[in-house]
Order: sequence, then C-alpha cells, then structure tokens
Amino acid sequence: MTIANIMLVDDEVPFVEAMTRRLTKRDVEIHAAYSGEEALQKLSKTNSIEVVILDIKMPGMDGIEALKQIKLRFPLVEVIMLTGHATVETGIEGMKQGAFDYLMKPCDINDLVAKVEQAARKKRQHEEKIIQARVKEITSRRT
Amino acid sequence: MWRKSVRAPYYKHLIRNMIFTILGVSFIPVFLVSWTIYYAFANAYHEKINTHLVTLVDNHKRQIDSFLNARLADILFLSENFTFAQLRDSEFLQAKLLSLKNNYAGGFVDLGVVDADGNQVSYAGPFKLSRVRYADAPWFQTVMKNQVVVSDVFLGLRGFPHFIVAVKRFDGDRPWILRATIDFIAFNNLVENIRIGQTGFAAIVNKKGELQTKPRFQFNPAQGCFGRFIDCDQPITREIYSEERADENGEMTIYVSALLKNKEWLLVYQQKVSDALSDQRFAQRLSLIIFAMGGAGILLMAFLLSIRMVNRIATADQEKEMMNKQVIESGKLASLGELATGVAHEINNPVAIMVEEAGWIEDILTEKEFGGNPHMDELHRALKQINTQGKRCKEITTKLLSFARGSGSAIGMIQLNEIIEEVITLSSQRAKYANVEMRSQLNANLPEIKASETEMHQVLLNLVNNALYAMEKIGGSIEFKTFQRDETVVVEVADTGPGIPEAILGRIFDPFFTTKPVGQGTGLGLSICYGIIRKMDGDIQVKSTVGKGTTFIIIIPARNGLV
Repeated sequence: MTIANIMLVDDEVPFVEAMTRRLTKRDVEIHAAYSGEEALQKLSKTNSIEVVILDIKMPGMDGIEALKQIKLRFPLVEVIMLTGHATVETGIEGMKQGAFDYLMKPCDINDLVAKVEQAARKKRQHEEKIIQARVKEITSRRT
Repeated sequence: MWRKSVRAPYYKHLIRNMIFTILGVSFIPVFLVSWTIYYAFANAYHEKINTHLVTLVDNHKRQIDSFLNARLADILFLSENFTFAQLRDSEFLQAKLLSLKNNYAGGFVDLGVVDADGNQVSYAGPFKLSRVRYADAPWFQTVMKNQVVVSDVFLGLRGFPHFIVAVKRFDGDRPWILRATIDFIAFNNLVENIRIGQTGFAAIVNKKGELQTKPRFQFNPAQGCFGRFIDCDQPITREIYSEERADENGEMTIYVSALLKNKEWLLVYQQKVSDALSDQRFAQRLSLIIFAMGGAGILLMAFLLSIRMVNRIATADQEKEMMNKQVIESGKLASLGELATGVAHEINNPVAIMVEEAGWIEDILTEKEFGGNPHMDELHRALKQINTQGKRCKEITTKLLSFARGSGSAIGMIQLNEIIEEVITLSSQRAKYANVEMRSQLNANLPEIKASETEMHQVLLNLVNNALYAMEKIGGSIEFKTFQRDETVVVEVADTGPGIPEAILGRIFDPFFTTKPVGQGTGLGLSICYGIIRKMDGDIQVKSTVGKGTTFIIIIPARNGLV
C-alpha cells in the first residue's frame, strides 16, 4: 500500500512534474492540479485523496481561499501549505484556517514525505473514529 | 544666511519688497503727523502770537495814555483849585510841586506859571528858569490855541529830554498857563519796560518821525511807514495795527503800532519774527528731528525685520526640502521593498524546481543500474552542491524578504541586534568587494526599543555605506557594538577608514554637506539619520581620528520602549 494518496496543487508546471516523479519513487500516490478550481473539481470526483499539498500564491483562486473551500467541502482532507513566499503571516493564516502544517519552497524532500505521512495518519485516525461511532450507533439500536 | 541658498535672487527680491512695504506703510502716518505739527500747529501758534502782541501793545497804549491823562489831570486840578494870584507866588508853587512830587510818582520835575505873552512869571523846580520867555515855544502856541497840551519830547532850555504838560486858565478874561515838566526818564521807563523775548522793544514817535523815547535797540523811525505814519500805503486808521515785513536788514520783523495821545503819537513795538516765534520754531525743529529719528528707526527696523524674516523663510524652505528628500528616500525604500518581495518570490520558484530536479537525478542514481559506477562520488558531490546553493538562494531571498517586509515605517518593538545582523548580511557582498571585514559584538541582553524597523535599517545602512565608500581603496573593517548604558541602548559603528578631519567634523550632519564629488552624494544621508534619531529622542555622535578611523555612536533611550 502507498504511504499516502495525495494531491499536489501548484501553478508551476515543472515543479509539479519534478515533485511527482520524486514522490512516486517514494511510494506516494500523487495526483496533480494546476489551480485551486481544478483541485476542488478533482476532489469532488474522487474521495480517495487524503492529503493536499497546496501552494499559496496562485493566479485565480489563491491558496488561502482554496484551503477554506477544501475545509468546507472535504473537511477530512488534510492540507499542507507550500509557499515560495516566505511570509509568516500567510503561514499563520493558513494554520488558523485549519491547515495541517506549512513548508517553504525549496523544501527537503524527506521532510515533505514525513509530513505527508503524519497528515495521512491523522486523516485515517479520524476516519476510523467515525466508522466506530457509526457501528456503535447501529449496534446500540438493535437493543 | 539667505545669501548662501540656491534661491538667493528670489530672497533678495523678497527682502526688497518687504522693506518697501514696511517703509511705505510706516512713513505715511509719521509723515502726516509731522506735517500736521509743522504746518497746522505752526499757523495756529503764529496767529496766537500776533494776537498776544496786539493785546500787549494795547495794554501798554492804555497805560501810557492813562499816564499822560493822569498828569494832565493833576495840572488841571491844580489850576482849577488855585488862582493865578496864588500860583504866581513862587513859594506857593514850590509847595505844590513838592506835594505833587511826594504824592504822585509821576515824574514832575518842575512847575511854572506863564502869562498870556509867554513870560514865565513863577517857577518851582531845580532849574534856573525864572523869567524865561516861551512865546515861541510850540507847546505855548498850542496850549494858547487848544487849552491843554502834552508836548513832544524835546531838550529845551535845560538840555535834558523832557516834555511839558500845560493847561490854559482864565483869570477874569486874561488867560494864564500852568505848566509842568514831566521827567523823561520815568516816562521812558514805561515804554522801555515793554520788552519781550530777545529782540522785542517799543518806542514812541511823533508825526514828524522824531523819537519820543530812547529805544533799546537801533531803531530808525524814518524807515518804512513810521517816519510819516500817516503817509503809508496803508494809512494807519485803526487804533492798533500789526504787520510783518522785512526790516532794513532784510529780516522778517513784526510791527505792532498803536496810536497815542489823540493820534499825535505812535507807539511802535517791533520784534524779529524769528524771536517771536522762537518757541514755534523750536517745536518745528523738534518735529523734524523726531521725523528724522523715527524715519531712521523705521528704516533700520525695516531692514532688520525683513532680513530676519527672509532668513526664517530660507530656513523653513531648506527644512521643507530636506523633508521632501527624506520622503522621497522613504518612498524609494518602500518601492524597493515591494520589488524585493516580487523578486524573492520569482526567484524561489525556479530555484525550487532546480533543487527538485537535482533531487530527482539523485533518486535515479539510486537505481541499481548505476551501482559501481566510478563517477558516483563525483555525481553525488555535484548534486549536493546544487542542493547547497539552492538553500543559499533561499536564505538570501528570506533575508531580502524580511528587509522588505519591514518597509512600512510602522513603529514597533524592535531588537537592534537583529537589525544589525540583517544590515551586515545585506552589505556583506559589497563589503567583500571593498575588502572590508564586517564584525559585530552584540550584547545578548539588549532591551528592545520602540522604533521603526525601516528607519533603523536606513540609519545603519547609511553609516555602513559611508564607511565602505571611504574604505573602498584601502580596505579595513567595520565593527558593530551594542550595549546598554543606564537607561539607554547604545550602538557603536566603528570603522578603520581614513577618518574625518577636525575642521569638518562639526558639519557632517549639516544638510547638503558632502565631501563626495558633485552628482555622487546628496549630502542628506547623515542629516536624515540625525533627524530620525532625534525624532526618537536619541542622539547620534561621531568621534574620529584622521588616519585611524571613525566611530558613530547612536544613543537611544530604552525608556521610549515603555511608552
């Protein structure tokens, strides 16, 4: 099984391609999107994506806006902010909006993979709990 | 100091305008007042003087007339109350003379009784005048005709100036004359007493122009109208008459004349106009002096005020220019900040891509096909280098961004040590090319101060740039030191450059002062620094030794961080 199923959202095409290659080699299943809108579209089509790596500065819908939308529509999906624009304010803003963490470009690939693992684990734990709650509810109904 | 400014001609113009305006506005009232005093008052005063003199002369005329009438009355009384026979007796006459002399200080010298033929039949007095004949004397002829006479002054038989008062009486139907001589001196004193000022005097003339009194000053009655005082262009018809005209020497004189003794005599009072109006002349002169002094004062004030005002304006203009320059510098810095942000972001992305691709190559190299490749080490080393340089790019852009971030002049609590380190980083490249080593000795417990990050950057960068410029040919070092002293935070920036000569050390903070060639320096850098530090209630000082180096000392009260 893959370490995680993630989506990488960035308007810089070469960056996305390079990252895809490297992460795939490390057992990460990776989808790509080149804009905030595209990301939301893909997320609505498939629910296997666990972690989204989101660039902050993008034309059209910017990172923070996309983050808000993801948290609104797909609350279980964890988001890691990625930025070449090293502002502490956007990082803090992202955290406030529910991002899991943030990283600065260029980033160390191993750091990134570790973070992705953590994010995926958190998401899976959440899902587990939801399933358990459901089961409990069904079984308690029987009585 | 306005002369040193670039806009000196404009200021010169301004000064001239101001001076003329002040002079115009001030002189007009002063002139009006002085003119009023000079002419209007003068005329009124002159008239008053005239009136006064006329009154004076009138009074004296009355006095003299009254004197003469009194003497005549004495004789009339005497002749009325005693008969010809009584008075013929010399001893009787003598007694009467005595009583006249004692009781009436009228100046009676002698008494005489004269018969109708002019023979003096009785005489009382100091002279030997018994048995004198007066038949030819004009006074005798007049009194025989007119009953009474007051004669002109004449020397007569006695050789002294005197005049006669005589009255004709009848003894039965034979006329007889009682005659008295009036002492000229007493009479003269009456007239001579009229003296006013320094040149005023009076005299009496008769119709023939002969003086009846001895005037104080030279007076030729034959001159002018008075010689024949009824024959003038303007005959004297009024009792009192006054006029001004030039006398025999050409000096303006005021003449006041009054008719006496039934128009037979003329009392003439004259005084030089300049003397009569001496007070007025004095006031006029005074007003001229006041005008002149006031005028001089106004002129002086106009100059001083204008120059001082224009100096203030020049200073204000200069400050405004400095402020403008500072605003522009700030603006430049701000846009630089924005540029930096854009650039940083633009660079980060390509750098990130490069690093990822290098990483990707490294990943591929782990495939087993590459195992045992002799070039592996070198390949790994090269790829690591790419990674390292990528990280370095990131550091630089981070620093750049943090500098740019602070490029609002927002005031906040800042740690000077951080600022210094940023400045060192920013200047490190330039320092390397100038062969200058940057060192720092920063107190780790430095308290924060309340200030604007941008401004502190500006100040420190300015000092560093100046030092680098001074040392670029010879190299050296710049050392930053920070420490706390009492209630203040102190930053010392010391270089080992050529130093600043004593002569100009006091001027380096002056605006527009620069030792750089034209076009290279604005001369504003240090003055802006000075302004910034002063605004924080701090101080910036400089110590320098030629040949050894320069140290700038910035002192900022730490207390301002508590505000």
